Amino acid sequence: MFENLFDHLDQIFVLLKQVLVGVLPAAWQPVASVVLCVVVIIGLFPALFALAVLLERKGLGRIQNRLGPNRVGPFGILQPIADGVKSLTKEDIVPISADWIVHFLAPVVLVVAVFMGFAVLPMGRNMVLVDMDAGLLFYFAIGASTELAIFMAGWSSRNKYSLLGAMRAVAQMISYEVPLLMSSVTVVMMTGSLSLTKIVAAQNHYTYGLPHWFIFTPWGFAGFFMYAIATTAETNRSPFDLPEGESELVAGYHTEYSGFKFALFFLGEYLAMFSISGMGATLFLGGWTAPLSILTWVPSWIWFFSKLMLSIFVFIWLRGTLPRLRQDQLMNFAWKFILPLCLLNLVVAGIWRFMGDGWLRWVVCSAILILAYLVMGRWGMRRQHIAPRSYRYAE
Amino acid sequence: MSFVFYLLTALTIAGGLAAVLLKNTIHCALALTVAFLGLALLFLNLDAQFAGFAQILVYIGAVAILVVFAILLTKGSETPTDGVFSHSWLAGLGVAAAVFATLGWAVLSSVRVLPHETSVPTATVAEIGNALMGRYVLALEIVAVLLTLAMIGAVIVAINEKAGSK
Repeated sequence: MFENLFDHLDQIFVLLKQVLVGVLPAAWQPVASVVLCVVVIIGLFPALFALAVLLERKGLGRIQNRLGPNRVGPFGILQPIADGVKSLTKEDIVPISADWIVHFLAPVVLVVAVFMGFAVLPMGRNMVLVDMDAGLLFYFAIGASTELAIFMAGWSSRNKYSLLGAMRAVAQMISYEVPLLMSSVTVVMMTGSLSLTKIVAAQNHYTYGLPHWFIFTPWGFAGFFMYAIATTAETNRSPFDLPEGESELVAGYHTEYSGFKFALFFLGEYLAMFSISGMGATLFLGGWTAPLSILTWVPSWIWFFSKLMLSIFVFIWLRGTLPRLRQDQLMNFAWKFILPLCLLNLVVAGIWRFMGDGWLRWVVCSAILILAYLVMGRWGMRRQHIAPRSYRYAE
Repeated sequence: MSFVFYLLTALTIAGGLAAVLLKNTIHCALALTVAFLGLALLFLNLDAQFAGFAQILVYIGAVAILVVFAILLTKGSETPTDGVFSHSWLAGLGVAAAVFATLGWAVLSSVRVLPHETSVPTATVAEIGNALMGRYVLALEIVAVLLTLAMIGAVIVAINEKAGSK
């Protein structure tokens, strides 16, 4: 009885969709089904965006020993509504020298490209809009086209801060896209498929009640960490938020945007965070599968969105904790540390694949990765003298 | 030919035409990206998922960015005051027409030589991967070595320039 109930709860959105689409004539049903899913995605994630912005402002306030927004509604929880109304009613200013067509198109292209990424994410059992054979490839192809939107925004504003911010953003995104793809390729090597539903299915096994998530293997652990670092840079989040460094560039590539267009950039940034966190959860954290076999009765979509919000929490935590990097540190980190480790991780994943079951592969793979991490870390730091900072004029 | 095919063809051709006819070089680069996108969508329309997504990933994600960076870092970013047509546009038109005619002739004559395929060929991403790693592995590796050499060459060129300016 109860199992049946939870099964229905697990599939509640799928069943709901079948009921809603079922009232239409048969010829319209495929189209209606897709349209319904798209409407849900377009409605759900901006709602989650409002929640995440509130969480971020409250969380950052807590980290910085202040209250955060507390004027609108009880404890300030209606702040996102006030923000939304404000950005919708603000005047939309376009600089007189700006290239207005490209200036207008840039936020649209960004948000459309980011929304398309959600199409292939499996958000629960049987809950994926398009179950594509090459889903992962589609996701990264769409993700790569957001760089052009950022360039368009920075260039069309005819403002040196915008242009510098856009150049920084594009350089950073291209640099960190390489480790992003490289760390994901290990998962493809293991599952032998680019389909995201198959990648989740490959992790949906349990031994002694513990899941077979890829993060619980040496290559998956290393891959997940490099993926997480690359996503932080890819979404221009602190500590990699140089493209928006307020102290140097006003607001980076969206300096000349106001009103609703600025809100679209803001939305795009958060949606990119959601989708790339969802992708990380799918690749390494088992997607919608439960963390313990005794918890499999909890609906699958709850797990997916819990993992997603946990990633958002870590993003906020990092932003409140870490200082911003310098441009050369950022590039050196990507090309001289993360990329070689990613390449090594590919080899380790190959070793893991061909050593077969047994404890030996755990020892060998872990040893290679830890040794490489230590040696490369020390080698990279050999000329750095870490000591308390001394100020020449301020003491 | 379906309606979608004509729509995508119009998009691709419009992008290509805009890329040669617009005055501002950055606009041209962006129009070229539209043409790339149209090509990718044409591949997808033919059920060639791998080719379509690779087209987006490589051409829109990398080549277009490279083009706009190259335009911004060189002096070509200024909008020309006189028109975009060069003095030798007639000769260019002739060469382009000749190339198009040759290609068209080759394509049209190949239809008669090759047997007409009755079933639509299907190539999954896994099959393409197996072919690349099996039968065509030598070609793949040669291309990889070539690209690595090109990258090293570019780095060496950049290093020499820096040393010479000291």
